[in-house]
Amino acid sequence: MNNQLLIGYDDRHTFLNRLSGSTKLLCFVGLSIIGMMTYDTRYLIGIMIFSLIVFHFSKIKYRDVKFVVNVIIGFSVLNLVMVYVFAPHYGVSIYGTEHLLLGSANHYFNLTTEQLFYEFNLLLKYTFAVPLALIFLMTTNPSEFAASLNKIGISYRVSYSVAIALRYIPDVQNDYRTISLAQQARGFEMSKKANFMTRIRGGVQILLPLIFSSLDRIEVISQAMELRRFGKGKKRTWYMAQKFQRNDYLALAIVALLIIIGIALFKVNGGRFWNPFKI
Amino acid sequence: MTAPLISFKDFSFQYNSQTEPTLRHLNLDIYPGEKVLIAGPSGSGKSTLGRCLNGLIPQSYPGKLTGQAVINGHDISHSSIFELSMDVGTVLQDPDSQFVGLTVVEDMAFSLENDQQTQPAMQQATAKWAQTLDLNQLLTHRPQELSGGQKQRVSMAGVLIDNSKILLFDEPLASLDPASGKASMALIDQLTHTEDLTVVIIEHRIEDVLQQPIDRLIVMQDGAIVANDRPETILRQSLMAQLGLREPLYLSALKLAGVDLDDCTHLDSLAALTVPNLTTTLQQWTAGVTLNTPTVHADPLLQITDLNFGYSPDKPIIKDLSVTLNRGEMISLVGQNGTGKSTLSNLITGFLTPQSGALTFNGKSLADQSVKERADHIGYILQDPNQMLSKTLIYDEVAAGLTLRGVAADEIEERVLATLKVCGLYEFRHWPISALSFGQKKRVTIAAILVLRPEMIILDEPTAGQDLQHYTEMMNFLTQLNRDQAITIMLITHDMHLMLEYTDRTIVLGGGNILMDAAPADVLTNETIIDQASLAKTSLYTLAEQHQLNPTEFVAKFVQAEREAR
Repeated sequence: MNNQLLIGYDDRHTFLNRLSGSTKLLCFVGLSIIGMMTYDTRYLIGIMIFSLIVFHFSKIKYRDVKFVVNVIIGFSVLNLVMVYVFAPHYGVSIYGTEHLLLGSANHYFNLTTEQLFYEFNLLLKYTFAVPLALIFLMTTNPSEFAASLNKIGISYRVSYSVAIALRYIPDVQNDYRTISLAQQARGFEMSKKANFMTRIRGGVQILLPLIFSSLDRIEVISQAMELRRFGKGKKRTWYMAQKFQRNDYLALAIVALLIIIGIALFKVNGGRFWNPFKI
Repeated sequence: MTAPLISFKDFSFQYNSQTEPTLRHLNLDIYPGEKVLIAGPSGSGKSTLGRCLNGLIPQSYPGKLTGQAVINGHDISHSSIFELSMDVGTVLQDPDSQFVGLTVVEDMAFSLENDQQTQPAMQQATAKWAQTLDLNQLLTHRPQELSGGQKQRVSMAGVLIDNSKILLFDEPLASLDPASGKASMALIDQLTHTEDLTVVIIEHRIEDVLQQPIDRLIVMQDGAIVANDRPETILRQSLMAQLGLREPLYLSALKLAGVDLDDCTHLDSLAALTVPNLTTTLQQWTAGVTLNTPTVHADPLLQITDLNFGYSPDKPIIKDLSVTLNRGEMISLVGQNGTGKSTLSNLITGFLTPQSGALTFNGKSLADQSVKERADHIGYILQDPNQMLSKTLIYDEVAAGLTLRGVAADEIEERVLATLKVCGLYEFRHWPISALSFGQKKRVTIAAILVLRPEMIILDEPTAGQDLQHYTEMMNFLTQLNRDQAITIMLITHDMHLMLEYTDRTIVLGGGNILMDAAPADVLTNETIIDQASLAKTSLYTLAEQHQLNPTEFVAKFVQAEREAR
């Protein structure tokens, strides 16, 4: 059976795999924040190229992430279109000039270079963050996941519940399948033969047993955890946590440098936007 | 005299959610180094007693507690679960649901992580216990991928790593096949000595636990301790049946042969059992019983030809399997965990689609029939009733299948009520399902299938988690259905008692195919098959061998005599 999640960890024997999970999480979060804040196109292109190069080194195969990437592209395009539909003049108001490409200035839907440029910046933001997120998820051992969340300051209870939730996804999927088939055997037509409403109603029938069986699981696992002293202390250690090594400090230093450049550019540009129209 | 490690004095406990106390005036002392078996029917309070030992009571299950319970010097009413967990390591019933770590080694280290131990300390401890419990090859595996026996060893490692001196097992045999169960009992016995442990086992399968020596057997009933003595003494008094527990098979055989138990020594261990003139007595008894000719069922109902199935082509689960099930048969399907027993039933019911092969039911091909259409003829009852129940009221649950098939309202009522009567659920028809016990829920699922008037029923572990009384009721009920309505019944089971005493034909699965297809007595006396299919020799077989009897004949005659007495 396919127990892989949507995005699966695999040891691909690269330096990225050997970095500690916390390093990767910190780098990912740090770069994402600065990338989301800045609208300096030069900077965004720079970190996009950086993230694509790192992605190349991670040896993640495109076909492993095809589905996720397609979904993200779909949503990004939709998002860009919606930004245009709801605020076609936003670029103009940011950059202060108006270079018309299509339509006239009085029309709501016209196209300006400023708007295109603004949306191009948005596109860059999406593209640079996606490879980073994929790298983090696909090169971090799930066992290390909770440890790294905990290390960056999230309470270990929350970190562990995230890890446990991940671990239970395949079980719940199996449960869902079994229950669904058992219900079909009782006479709920759930196959494509039935119409949409019938299938929705069938889905609700499955939900009740699924919830009950999941609640049972939760009760047992929380007892098992309590019996092994989970929640005893304010802190806990992690068997799988990795100590910071030279490469970790190196990676953090590079990312810190990138972030400092980003912040410095705020000063240079006198704000978050780099304006090529104002000469 | 040493002081007791566990001491209950006039101890009673009542859950906040219950109106009656679950434990009443218990007095119990367990001494260091003892190996104690706590047995009793469902609802006798044995699980509650277990929860008192590990501190879940009163911490996680609040309630009213009177009297005194002291564990290794800690009064349970003033100690936290965490403190008690240092004294008592608990291995819960279902290993699958208690794994916390993503890999075996993390799961082993889980409690050490919570104690904030350093990584080198954890590595040292996990290495030590992986060695002791033979888990070295499995450390980086996901616990879910392991076999039942391996899973249990991982659970044990996870609590032994605390070096707690008391080990509590809650129904350790429930999810193991017979061979793994036997291995597990042997391992527990070995650890008791090498690690200097005090072991408390909660289990109702007494014969299986008694394969290894037990110092004391404690029998509970209605929240009170009704017997607390050496197993031999309790067995001799023949208290088991009265107390709703199953006595070991060899003991029943001795009684059938008319042996006076007072003449026996070492009644608790078949290997050491001595009875004057036992060989003669048994031989005389065997000679005195003539075997009835078995009823022949020759009307083919389900024909399976050259069935093939696997999730990936290089790992077939079912390989060229062919078999014919006849109308009116009562069949047991046995085999090692993960050998494809459930897969086969899923193929029959259409839950899975075979790569090749034909299924014919009543002469008609099943290939183009949907899950729903097949369900009109073949009912499949899952092991966990919670996965099947989707309504809140019993009546609605049983009626659901008919309503969906568009049966007229008055006919639905008539058929549902009739089915509820057959299943002994008529008085409960307006009850909410949530108020039922596990066994009753199981019966509701059977009723919900039965109401569709299937010609064949497949039951996955029908008696799991049920004590002798409910077990017997359930099996008598199924036997009745089989006999009176000629419904073909196939039971998937690990329980060798069940296959021996209630079924006429046993199909042994192994390596994707049928290893043996014969009468249960023949299967359970065939050493090669027992080995290949992870079954275990029953004590009847051993008894027959010890006394120069033909095991197959002896077992068959025993089963016949038992059934006649029923």
